[in-house]
Amino acid sequence: MTDASDPSHPSDVKDAAQTPEPTPPASEAPRRAVRTIWGPPPELPASQAAPPMRKATASLLLLTVLVIATCGLVYELLASTLASFVLGDAVTQYSTVIGVYLSAMGLGAWLSRYVTGERVARTFVDVEIAVALVGGVSAPLLFFAFAHLSWFRLALYLVVLVIGALVGMEIPLLLRILKERFEFRDLVSRVLTIDYLGALVGSLAFPIFFVPKLGLVRTSLVIGGVNALVALSTTWLLRDALRTVAGLRVRAAAVLVLLAAGTFAADRLTLLAEEGLYADEIVFAKQTPYQRIVITRGKGSFQLFLSGNLQFSSADEYRYHEALVWPAISARAEAGLPTRDVLVLGGGDGLAVRELLRVPEMRAVTLVDLDPAMTQLARSMPLLRNQNENAFDDPRVHVESADAYVWLSEDANAGKRYDVIVADFPDPNHYALGKLYTTRIYHWMREHLADGGVLVVQSTSPLFARKSFWCIARTIESAGLAVAPYHALVPSFGEWGFVLARKGGLEPPRTLAPSTKLRRALDDAAMRALFVLGPDMQATPVEVNRLDNQVLVHYYEEEWRKYL
Amino acid sequence: MAGPSRRELLTTFLGASAALVACRKPSARPVGELLAPDFARAHRLIKDDAPFPREGVREERTRVAVVGGGPAGLSAAWRLRRGGLDRSEDVRVLELEATAGGTSRSGESPVTRYPWGAHYVPVPAPEARALIALLDELGVVEGRAPDGSPTIAEGVLCRAPEERLYYRGLWYEGLYLHAGASREDLAQLRRFRDEIGKWARFRDASGRRAFVAPLSAAAATRDAPALAALDALSMGAWMDARGLTSPRLRWLVDYGCRDDYGLSLADASAWAGIFYFAARLGEGGRSAPLMTWPEGNGRLVRHLATVAGERLRTGWLVRSVVARGEREVVVEGWDAAGAPVRLIAERAIVATPRFVARHLVPALRELSLGPAAAADESLAFDYGAWVVANAHLRDRPGARGCPFAWDNVLYESPSLGYVVATHQSGRDHGSTVWTWYYALTDPGREAREKLLSATREQWADVALADLGRAHAELSGMVERVDVFRWGHAMSRPRVGQRAALARRAPATPMGPIHFAHTDLSGLALFEEAHDHGVRAAEEALAAVGLVTPSVR
Repeated sequence: MTDASDPSHPSDVKDAAQTPEPTPPASEAPRRAVRTIWGPPPELPASQAAPPMRKATASLLLLTVLVIATCGLVYELLASTLASFVLGDAVTQYSTVIGVYLSAMGLGAWLSRYVTGERVARTFVDVEIAVALVGGVSAPLLFFAFAHLSWFRLALYLVVLVIGALVGMEIPLLLRILKERFEFRDLVSRVLTIDYLGALVGSLAFPIFFVPKLGLVRTSLVIGGVNALVALSTTWLLRDALRTVAGLRVRAAAVLVLLAAGTFAADRLTLLAEEGLYADEIVFAKQTPYQRIVITRGKGSFQLFLSGNLQFSSADEYRYHEALVWPAISARAEAGLPTRDVLVLGGGDGLAVRELLRVPEMRAVTLVDLDPAMTQLARSMPLLRNQNENAFDDPRVHVESADAYVWLSEDANAGKRYDVIVADFPDPNHYALGKLYTTRIYHWMREHLADGGVLVVQSTSPLFARKSFWCIARTIESAGLAVAPYHALVPSFGEWGFVLARKGGLEPPRTLAPSTKLRRALDDAAMRALFVLGPDMQATPVEVNRLDNQVLVHYYEEEWRKYL
Repeated sequence: MAGPSRRELLTTFLGASAALVACRKPSARPVGELLAPDFARAHRLIKDDAPFPREGVREERTRVAVVGGGPAGLSAAWRLRRGGLDRSEDVRVLELEATAGGTSRSGESPVTRYPWGAHYVPVPAPEARALIALLDELGVVEGRAPDGSPTIAEGVLCRAPEERLYYRGLWYEGLYLHAGASREDLAQLRRFRDEIGKWARFRDASGRRAFVAPLSAAAATRDAPALAALDALSMGAWMDARGLTSPRLRWLVDYGCRDDYGLSLADASAWAGIFYFAARLGEGGRSAPLMTWPEGNGRLVRHLATVAGERLRTGWLVRSVVARGEREVVVEGWDAAGAPVRLIAERAIVATPRFVARHLVPALRELSLGPAAAADESLAFDYGAWVVANAHLRDRPGARGCPFAWDNVLYESPSLGYVVATHQSGRDHGSTVWTWYYALTDPGREAREKLLSATREQWADVALADLGRAHAELSGMVERVDVFRWGHAMSRPRVGQRAALARRAPATPMGPIHFAHTDLSGLALFEEAHDHGVRAAEEALAAVGLVTPSVR
């Protein structure tokens, strides 16, 4: 325990006690400095005093109030909207963001009192530059944080706090700058009127113009640019009060250039042109060498799109993935075989893997996906991690980044055998994908099946693309496997199809294999019902899809054209 | 002496429009190497300035000496081995180059194998029995259709889409430009198809087809006057006579002639033009699928070279092949180490192109003397010059329209376009090799002079400028461009060539010397090379007393 009267520090206590109150000159000097701006200071000759503010300058400063008020409100709306896009629950997001923002403005107003004397004008310009920078990059920064940080909310409120505090300083500082020009009564009335008017402009422009025309990222960058322009213009309006303006102008210009560059690069951040293609707001977009990954956020759910094609909606993907995985596992279980070693082809979102990890006896899941960016995202993005239950952190899961077609053909993988192979590829809407549905690849898959091994293939819609569906089934059959086609209703996709296949005979499974978690869509009866196809989904004559004819791509194009 | 400017170069080889588009300096000059047949050693042979020494010559013996290690020579060795000459000392295949394979040779990078020349073979007709046996040995024949045509393994058949065509900013699937075709264009296309179909269905009195590879199984031209008449006019004239004037149809046929023969529509005979289309039509009028491998026909010669094993000797410069009576032949030349060797064999198979064979076999040279013989000889054995450039790409550019294909052709370019080495292996992303082809359609000597007038850098520049018309962002993706200048790439079936060939009867053995090469058929096709190799081998086998049933 430290003794307060430790003799080694006696003087500290004493000195502290003897420290005098702050001396008057420290608070006097700034007051004088303020006067040096707005009126002739007594100790300076009149010739050196700054002239009184011109009427035009005052009017322009009032116009500045209008502009910064508009900008301030837009930042607030941006943060609220962005938070409700990515997190859902708009009421909570708007309430908390506005609450934090307004209280941060209060904080800023309070902090403005520490700005004294001739630093007022300079600080105002500095605040504008800071608002321009932080507010300008706020939307891209928050989108980035959402995609890559697990503490997105903290980042959100931190950004809101900083912007709010900076914006909160603006009006008090401007009031002080303008106070010599107007009577107090007049000043408060004018400034606040214009401030509230600016809020109206911002709140109307945001939904009518900014969001629909520019989107969140560009709005943020453009509004930041406006603040930077305000900073630049005030270096001119307040040039008499600012001893030197070069440094401020350089900083303001640098921020302006940065934001302008960002605006031109915004296409790559959100690809504004594609926003119209999606029903919901894009919260993440990335162009990889293989595809374009887009995540959108609607009311209470989010969706993953690859090159414009919906891969899942968090609202109903469980129906798809339970139907994809459990019949295969159950077919094994009914034959008295455990499922310990599984190969997943495609499925980089990790949702099929999540289901497979619920098989009690599972030992190893190998996932082969083309795009390392996709599996990386599924591994790191909180939204996806939450959905796939951190599947990629499980030590039983092994990821290979390769084209499944090439991977299966490689000698190095020739000896590997699996109890179940899950082929969860995107639909065959392109020749590069068509090869993943050919007799050739099914021959390879067959070779990679262990004794009694089961293959399951996502096979597009048996209702919307009946020929495509049966073409996949027939192609699997022609590779020497018995097939059992089935379907499931996935509302966001519609009626969806799968093909279960095995060497030798294959009866649809009747009993659902045990899982470590409750199934939401399946029980014994529901699983049996999957194998009942109505008359409008029954087999239709089709050709077999071969590498050298790729008929499936043609069927698929022809059938989906009616719906897309 | 100042070389041509870049614009002059591009205008010469690609036309003025390409030169205008690409008149700026190339952004980067990718590295690469120049490949070519060993001109220096070959010319030493032709100029006759290296007399064979009288002393210090090593003497060796073998039963059959095969001179030339291209598809024909390797096929001969393959047949000899199957025919009972299975001890490796029985057969010697002497190849001038460091690698065997002739114009079917290929290269290899860490990314993929890729072709340096011939890159596909249509699925053979039932008549090509020997070729089917070879494919069977390769493990690619999975069964037989009722008509005897083979069912080929899916992985060897060219993956769809086979080809696409670039026209004004968009890629279209297929080789015929359907987009914007008028009713008249389509009517002419139908008429053209009907004409070809008619010839595909033609059968002579013995039931032989008119157009089939190998030609040894086809109806003889002399027995069918209508067939002989096709040899007497150009493909262009034949189309004119039928009112086939549609530019896009003529483009397609011209492309076919340039692609397979290195000749324009105006120079190729109608016989050859029709062969290109009709030989591929099987029963039922469906076009035979193509077989291909990442390294093109390099896959076939690689297999044949493996079968040949120690029999194959590369780096051998043969000086002469001379018969000594009816039962012995002497092959003189220098081995890979430069040591003079006299190889004494019971039989020799000269499996070189005819222009080389004339220098090796004195008797053949004598046979070609006299104005009539010389005229026939030069018409029967005309060779085109080709440039093949392999562009190694670290990534591949995107495309508007048809996303990709194996064979990629530019409608408005005199080049033949490019094939993608990784197409067949299913690697659709990332690094790859594109093989760009360009046939110089000028008369023989002129074509060769033009070929040699441009350096590796200049040909690489031409290739990239051509590709750049369809792929603006290509230049940043090119790692290297290797160039092969083929002086005598393939035989060219000009008007009258069939008749000249028939008069020359070049496949006839001269005592113990047999001949095998695709140019004996007047076409540059793997099927022909293989058939001649097998035929010559069977002649030689019979002559040495090993009578086996023919595999042809």
